[in-house]
Amino acid sequence: MLSILKRALRRGCWPALCIACSFSAVSWAQEKPYFVTYSHDLEEPGNLEIETKTALGRPEGGNRFGATAMEVEYGVRAWWTTELYLDGQATAQDSTVFTGFRLENRVRPLMREHVINPVLYVEYENISGADKTILEFVGHDGQADLASPNGELRREHQHEAELKLILSSNVRDWNISENFISEKNLGHEPWEFGYAVGATRPLRSASSGRECTFCAEKFIAGAEAYGGLGDTFSLTVRNASHYLAPLIGWQLPKGVRFSFSPSFGLTDTSLARVYRVGVAYEFNQIGNCFHGSQGGGE
Amino acid sequence: MIRRSLAILFISLSAAGAVAAVSSSRWERVPAKDHARVNPLAGDAEAVAAGAQVYRDHCLQCHKADAQGDSHKRPALRSERLRAASDGDIEWFLRQGDLGHGMPSWSSLPQSQRWQVVAYLRSIQ
Repeated sequence: MLSILKRALRRGCWPALCIACSFSAVSWAQEKPYFVTYSHDLEEPGNLEIETKTALGRPEGGNRFGATAMEVEYGVRAWWTTELYLDGQATAQDSTVFTGFRLENRVRPLMREHVINPVLYVEYENISGADKTILEFVGHDGQADLASPNGELRREHQHEAELKLILSSNVRDWNISENFISEKNLGHEPWEFGYAVGATRPLRSASSGRECTFCAEKFIAGAEAYGGLGDTFSLTVRNASHYLAPLIGWQLPKGVRFSFSPSFGLTDTSLARVYRVGVAYEFNQIGNCFHGSQGGGE
Repeated sequence: MIRRSLAILFISLSAAGAVAAVSSSRWERVPAKDHARVNPLAGDAEAVAAGAQVYRDHCLQCHKADAQGDSHKRPALRSERLRAASDGDIEWFLRQGDLGHGMPSWSSLPQSQRWQVVAYLRSIQ
C-alpha cells in the first residue's frame, strides 16, 4: 500500500490524493443561497468549494437555454478568497458551447466585524458573447442579447474587468447584502453599472443537536433583487433588466449544498423567468496538501 | 556613560514590553458590554449537545475532535485562556474571528448557535 502511495506521489498524483483524503473530513459553512448577490462571507482558509450554478431561461423570440458556471473557490486567507469560473451553455435547436472563464478575488479590507462589512471584489472575464450564465446584469443587458444564434454570438469576444463593492451585515440572524457593480469592457466600451441586494435567514436559528437532513436549521430562505443601472453615457434604471428572486438553500449531509431560485423579470427588457439551480461541495482543509497548517486563532 | 544609560533604557523598555505582552490577553480587546454578557443557554444539557454538533460542523476541521488543535497555529480550545474568558468574551471572539491569523468570523452563524458552541466549549474545559 505504501509503495503504491509513493509511486502515485512520484507521478505527481498528490493533488488527486489530497482530494480523496479530504472526502473523509468534510465540513460546511453557513453559506447563503444567493446566486447574484455576494455577502461578506468568504471561504474558510484552506477550504476548496466546487459549485455549479445553472441558469435556465428562454428569451422572447429565442430558444430555451441552459447555462452553467462551474465555480472553484479557494480560501487563501481568512480575509481573501480566490475563484475560477468556467462557463458554458446549451441552447435548444442550436448548439452547446464553452463560453469562457472568469478569475475573481474577494478581499475583506477590515479585519474586524462591523455593522456594515465591506468586501472589495475584482474580476477578469474572458468570455464570448454567447455566455448566458447571467451571473450579474449591468448596463442595458437584456433578453435580446440572449436571443441570437450561438454561431453569431460567439464571434463577439469580451475581455472585461469587473469591480464590485460588497456591503454586508449580519443582524439578528438575518444577512442583508448590497452590491454595487461596475464593469468595463477592456476595449472601447463605456463603464456599465449594476446592483444586487439580498436578504436571507435560516428557517431555524438554534441547532437541534442531531444529525438530520430535513431539520429547519438546514434550510436558509430569502430573496434577492438585481439589475442594470445603465452606463457612463446613460446612468438610468430605464431600458435595463431588473429581477426579483426568492431563494432557498438546503444543506445536505456530507458537505453538499443545494440552492434554488426562480427569478422573475420586472421589465420588458428582462427575461420573463429564469430558474437557477446551484449544487456545491466543499473540500475541507485541502490547503494542508500545499503547505503547512494555516492559522486559526483561539 | 551615555551608551550605558541607553542600554539600560533599552533593556527596561524591552522588559516592560515583554511583561505587557504576556499579561495582555485578546480578551482585553472585548468591549465591556460584550464581556459582561451571560450565555442564556449556560447549564443547558441540550445546548451542550447542540453545541457539540455545531462544533463538528464548523470548528473540528481546524481545532480537531479533541479540541486540542494542532499545537501549532490552530490553538487548543481546552486551555487556561478559555477558562479565564467570560461567556461574552468567547461569543464576541466567535463573532469577530481573527482574520489576520486565520480564524474566520462566525457572524454568519445564528447567535443562538454561537451560544450553543460557548456552552459546549465550557463543558469540555
